[in-house]
Amino acid sequence: MKFGVIQFPGSCDEVDALAAAARVGEAALLWHGDRDLRGADAIIVPGGFSYGDYLRAGAIARFAPVMESVIAFARDGGLVLGICNGFQVLCEAGLLPGALLGNANRRFTSRQVALRVERADTPFTRTCAPGARLSIPAKHACGRYYADELTLDALQARGQVVLRYAPGHNFNGSLRDIAGVCNEAGNVLGLMPHPEHAVDELVGGSADGLALFQSIARTPQAPAAGGVGAGAG
Amino acid sequence: MLIRPKAGILDPQGEAVKRALPALGFDGVGDVRVGRLVELDVADPAQLQAMCEKLLANPLVEDYELQLLDGSA
Repeated sequence: MKFGVIQFPGSCDEVDALAAAARVGEAALLWHGDRDLRGADAIIVPGGFSYGDYLRAGAIARFAPVMESVIAFARDGGLVLGICNGFQVLCEAGLLPGALLGNANRRFTSRQVALRVERADTPFTRTCAPGARLSIPAKHACGRYYADELTLDALQARGQVVLRYAPGHNFNGSLRDIAGVCNEAGNVLGLMPHPEHAVDELVGGSADGLALFQSIARTPQAPAAGGVGAGAG
Repeated sequence: MLIRPKAGILDPQGEAVKRALPALGFDGVGDVRVGRLVELDVADPAQLQAMCEKLLANPLVEDYELQLLDGSA
């Protein structure tokens, strides 16, 4: 499994994402100005402050040359994981539903959060037990997941809510405690917390984040374009 | 171009301002919404709408309003 990690001006978590991916496969950085994904089997859009987060987080990065290729790759069924700023970029790009708004507490907040795995049958969570609890750090100012009620109902009905904040851990005010959502086909996932910072107990206090990278690595390299299927959200 | 959070969406910035004003003695402040202003000098104002939809606003969560000013304004 070859991971490609996008690097925008202002990215700051691409090195940790690269190191996390390298634990389970090959990993290379992809520059925002290039269109070539260099044969990557999975793309990670990392955290940070792409293009300074000017205008809105992810609004400008979404039009970077590399994103044209990432959008085409995702539409063909390629695996794309967006973390924090990467989640914002994927929402702005229309690859994921909804938007990330300013935290309800109005603060940049950095803390360890507990997540509940709602769907353990996606390419990103297949090594997790259904309902498993993951301890992963979150650090952001704009992480309040928002979509209108109809969209939220549809996401839930289609099983696109992959990760939720455990009770008491939804510090940013995300609607329905949503921490991570996938697209309808199930090959694109975005989440606000940072699995790449929780791959080593010595320095991360938890290695729970590794499960996402292991899951991707164990996914067949030509992902079936089938949907995630209906199920409880 | 004026951009503001859509009605019904929590605006934490507006809430903070709403709470700050009475503390300064300004009473009777109802709802406060904080948005932003983008000033553009454009050759073809017909493109403004598309600029808003594609980049300047996120129509999912923001409303926008265009105000055209002539060059002397």
